[in-house]
Amino acid sequence: MEIQFILNKKQVTAEVGADTVLLGLLRDLGCKSVKCGCETTNCGLCTVWIDGKSRLSCSVLAAAVDGHEVTTMEGVKEEAEEFGAFLAAEGAEQCGFCSPGFIMNVLAMFRELEDPDIEEIKEYLAGNLCRCTGYMGQLRAIKKYMEKRKSPVIKVREVRG
Amino acid sequence: MLTIGNYVKAKTLEEAYELNQARNSRVMGGMMWMRLGNAKVKTVIDLSGLGLDKIEESDNVIKIGAMCTLRQIEESEALRNLYGDGFAEAVRHIVGVQFRNQATVGGSIYGRFGFSDVLTAFLALDTFVELYDGGTIHLSEFVKRKPDKDILLSIIVRKSKRKFRYESIRQTKTDFPVIACAVVTGIVHGQETWFFSVGARPMKAELVDKAWEIPRDASEEMIAEYARKAASEFTYGTNMRGSAQYRRHLAEVLIRREISSILAEER
Amino acid sequence: MNRNQTEVNIENLRVVNQSVPKVDSQALVTGKAVYTNDLAPSDCLIVKIVRSPYAHALIKEINTARAEAVPGIECVLTYKDCPDKRFTMAGQTFPEPSPYDRLILDQRMRFVGDAAAIVAGTDEEAVKKAMKLIKIKYEVLEPVLDFRKAKDNPILVHPEDNWKSLCPVGADNKRNLCAHDECGDGDIEAVLASCDYVVDRVYHTKANQQAMMETFRTYTYLDAYGRLNVVSSTQVPFHIRRILANALDIPKSKVRVVKPRIGGGFGAKQTSVSEVYPALVTWKTGKPAKIIFTREESLTASSPRHEMEMHVRLGADKEGHIKGIDLYTLSNTGAFGEHGPTTVGLSGHKSIPLYGKTEAFRFVYDVVYTNVMSAGAYRGYGATQGIFAVESAVNELAQILGMDPTVLREKNLVREGQVMPAYYGEKTVSCALDRCLARAKEMIGWDEKYPCRDMGNGKVRGVGVAMAMQGSGISGVDTGSVAIKVNDDGFYSLMIGATDMGTGCDTILSQMAAECLDCEMEDIIVSGVDTDSSPYDCGSYASSTTYVTGMAVVRTCEKLREKICQRGAQYLGCPAEDVEFDGVNVTNLKTGESISRKEIGNRVMCFNNEALSASEAFSSPTSPPPFMAGIAEVEIDKETGTVEMIDYAAVVDCGTVVNPALARVQTEGGIAQGIGMALYEDIVYNSKGRNYSNSFMQYKIPSRLDVGDIRVEFESSYEPTGPFGAKSIGEIVINTPSPAISNAIQNAVGVIIRELPMTAEKVYWGMQEKEHAAESREAAV
Repeated sequence: MEIQFILNKKQVTAEVGADTVLLGLLRDLGCKSVKCGCETTNCGLCTVWIDGKSRLSCSVLAAAVDGHEVTTMEGVKEEAEEFGAFLAAEGAEQCGFCSPGFIMNVLAMFRELEDPDIEEIKEYLAGNLCRCTGYMGQLRAIKKYMEKRKSPVIKVREVRG
Repeated sequence: MLTIGNYVKAKTLEEAYELNQARNSRVMGGMMWMRLGNAKVKTVIDLSGLGLDKIEESDNVIKIGAMCTLRQIEESEALRNLYGDGFAEAVRHIVGVQFRNQATVGGSIYGRFGFSDVLTAFLALDTFVELYDGGTIHLSEFVKRKPDKDILLSIIVRKSKRKFRYESIRQTKTDFPVIACAVVTGIVHGQETWFFSVGARPMKAELVDKAWEIPRDASEEMIAEYARKAASEFTYGTNMRGSAQYRRHLAEVLIRREISSILAEER
Repeated sequence: MNRNQTEVNIENLRVVNQSVPKVDSQALVTGKAVYTNDLAPSDCLIVKIVRSPYAHALIKEINTARAEAVPGIECVLTYKDCPDKRFTMAGQTFPEPSPYDRLILDQRMRFVGDAAAIVAGTDEEAVKKAMKLIKIKYEVLEPVLDFRKAKDNPILVHPEDNWKSLCPVGADNKRNLCAHDECGDGDIEAVLASCDYVVDRVYHTKANQQAMMETFRTYTYLDAYGRLNVVSSTQVPFHIRRILANALDIPKSKVRVVKPRIGGGFGAKQTSVSEVYPALVTWKTGKPAKIIFTREESLTASSPRHEMEMHVRLGADKEGHIKGIDLYTLSNTGAFGEHGPTTVGLSGHKSIPLYGKTEAFRFVYDVVYTNVMSAGAYRGYGATQGIFAVESAVNELAQILGMDPTVLREKNLVREGQVMPAYYGEKTVSCALDRCLARAKEMIGWDEKYPCRDMGNGKVRGVGVAMAMQGSGISGVDTGSVAIKVNDDGFYSLMIGATDMGTGCDTILSQMAAECLDCEMEDIIVSGVDTDSSPYDCGSYASSTTYVTGMAVVRTCEKLREKICQRGAQYLGCPAEDVEFDGVNVTNLKTGESISRKEIGNRVMCFNNEALSASEAFSSPTSPPPFMAGIAEVEIDKETGTVEMIDYAAVVDCGTVVNPALARVQTEGGIAQGIGMALYEDIVYNSKGRNYSNSFMQYKIPSRLDVGDIRVEFESSYEPTGPFGAKSIGEIVINTPSPAISNAIQNAVGVIIRELPMTAEKVYWGMQEKEHAAESREAAV
């Protein structure tokens, strides 16, 4: 069947099977940032946004995104780079395989929560597993990123519009 | 591996119901569990275009559309105002935000899973389910039925002056529960009544109600005795996550804590 | 001058000892297509494995006709299509200590999930359909599932005659024995007999999954020269070349292995888990092929940690002087012997030497075959298991002596300059273990918190301690070589065979080169490994890269500096003795005349008869151990037994810290994995050998809500044989959580758990038992 949806702000048309999974479709469409880590919705690596909300693309039928808006890391490259620099400064991207899903959910969190505290951050990101870092470096990166966003010199949110 | 022949986004409930009567048709919720099975589904029916994704509050009830996500439950002001943090507590441990943005209440309830926090929580509140063909029936009744070809439209929670507590024990914080216990109390036909729902035993949640009048200043020993009685009404089993004996003990502890917490609030 | 001969002043380092971001970080954080599956051509055949449903069986008949008839199916391969020459999948230096006990496909199935057939086709759907159509008749045999009953069991896991062991490791396939050894120093029985106290306990650690986020995966194709090209997520590209040549029975010259970015390894990818399957398909069909292990396959047919049961006898006098340690380890290698003979050695050789004053030790082990999935290499490599046992025994001794376990350790821990008989007689040239322990105690507030604090809400918080050591490469074996060439405009190509698996070795080796060559990080390019062009390196395992390959970098740079000076002098028309290279210019110290590196780089590309490059190797006769101390604080719910991680203070002596940010993350990550091992992770089999822990739903690695706070500091010693004084960091960091958490539980509620994982239920029943024992004692009185 043919579906039409918005992928990273561009209208796309794709021919999919009834059981095609969004994860595979997105990779076929060139969004290689989207990774599969577990196949059972437990790891968060395949996180993308559908209509602005973090979802697990491994268990979304491609057919079901017809008429919706999908965003992958390729669609928020600048923001990802900006936060990613904080992650890299901590050495907390490590193998990097979980980074795209993690960063997508971090960016979703900042769209949803105004000024989350540590516990809220940890809970919001609990569905993003990482085997390399032990999570502490990721948290340091988030804290420093938040400090920078708060600083009056560079207001990231305003820059982003 | 799940295979699907056709995907149909239903335009009306009638259409969805008709399509679902075929032997190999399945209604999809969040696609969390169906995808993990090996079913050969001829037609999968998507209800997402039917407006079943709202939590609606009226004078007497809160009506939760079957396509509402667990995240909507977690963040529902209506549920929080009425029953406190119990609902958020029941769902917030489930995997992660992405999962809860996707898993539906209808899928959780319809699946009648043993591990279901959602079922355990709703069951304790003596909830109703609205079915397309079967009308509105008690959730406790629905749970006992075998999955059939009817379509679950909504979950209906009565608005009444009740107290609700939910607690679970898990190995890792986002794992399935080792045990899940919900306790609700309120006045039913003029009689103080306590509802206990225990899930992940590991069998699916069941509901027990007791016409107990527990004094607000009951001693810890007395409360413990009530909890022991309540917990002993359920059967427990053993699996990877825990033994039957341990589960029974945990149920007792959690029920006792929940009763205590309710009494403390009412004191 | 060899920089290594004089101690480097850490303060003066410009690039080393700095938290430089990883050189590939930008690509990783923006999700660039840099991993194996991102790079695989779209026309690869999809390769999948039909797996045995039985723990032990013989294939009697295998009918592939219907499967082969499925449109899109390229081939269905069975044991009849594979060479009948056994090999090992263990990524180790030749001759491998692991027995040659594998075929690509075998007629005998040795665990649930063993490979029975390979299916390759143009798309996944066709392959899955074909898999269902393969008809296999099995003769189901009784399996050996209990590793305690495996040795000399009449049922043999490897009865075949062409099984062979290349090294004298005490293996005997007719006894289900993959390895056996005994060693010791002094008269252990006499010493233990002379002790006031002997702790005599058995500890049991389970198989654990490395659970790297990127599962095993490989793609293969034939190139223009008809050679087999293999792009794989591996830690050991050069070993893979040999393994594939052995498996396919083809010359090694026919194989090229390329390692792109890897999504984590932790030892899992030190075994050739996925490579042989697409390699066979490509070799047979000439077509590109790809295999991506599902998570289920990665959890059921992979290379987890060896399950071990360890019997410790530890003797001490009344004052708490540990005088003797006797250890017997029984290790379960599962269906195949990968890393079986070697992991077990570390259970004793890297636990017993932590105690420097012992008068005698004995270490005996058996490694047995059973019908569960083959074990392999996992970070810590046996040391993790042994340290759990020995450190737990020391903590039990402390309790018996009524002594603070940190004080007991302070009396006994190994110190700088001591000879370690149980560590091959090596001397601790660099050791700050005493400082590590002291600092960890300060960090956690040990003196205020030991043994426990009742929180007044039904919860109690306890603290617990453990120490650890590891090695830095395999002494006398591990070899790293490095090549650096000078290019136009004078930029350098750093060529390494060490494999960055996300840990950052591309970065830290570049840092070392930049330090040695007095240049900036930007002046050096580095890339992944290609066995055709990278200099030989055994690969990244055994905590070898920083130490072994790092030294090769230092040596190569020294050589290259000499050559740059010679070349500069030649261009300046003066003797080499008269010039100095400051990283930018070669200057004639007599005339002040100079020539830039840029110019030299350009000039060597014209009318030149000698390449401006250097290549050196390094291998060490010793393996200097890093040391660390870890202290856990846990909170236990006294009614439910639930254990919550509160805090973890860790102090590591890895010698000079080459990149503090990366070393810290390594440590935090290792501790989190160790917490998983201690509290949650378990591979559960049913009575027929079926693995229940087959998904991330059932095999629970810790989320960020499960690890509490992890705090890391470094107390550096200076290792004179290492690059800039560095030792290793990669593995040691997983070793302290299990014993430290066990000790924290012990100190909080008095329950000692000797079998991992330490679930809430085990703590609960432990508390119950204690209560009943107390009650019956009272009753008896």
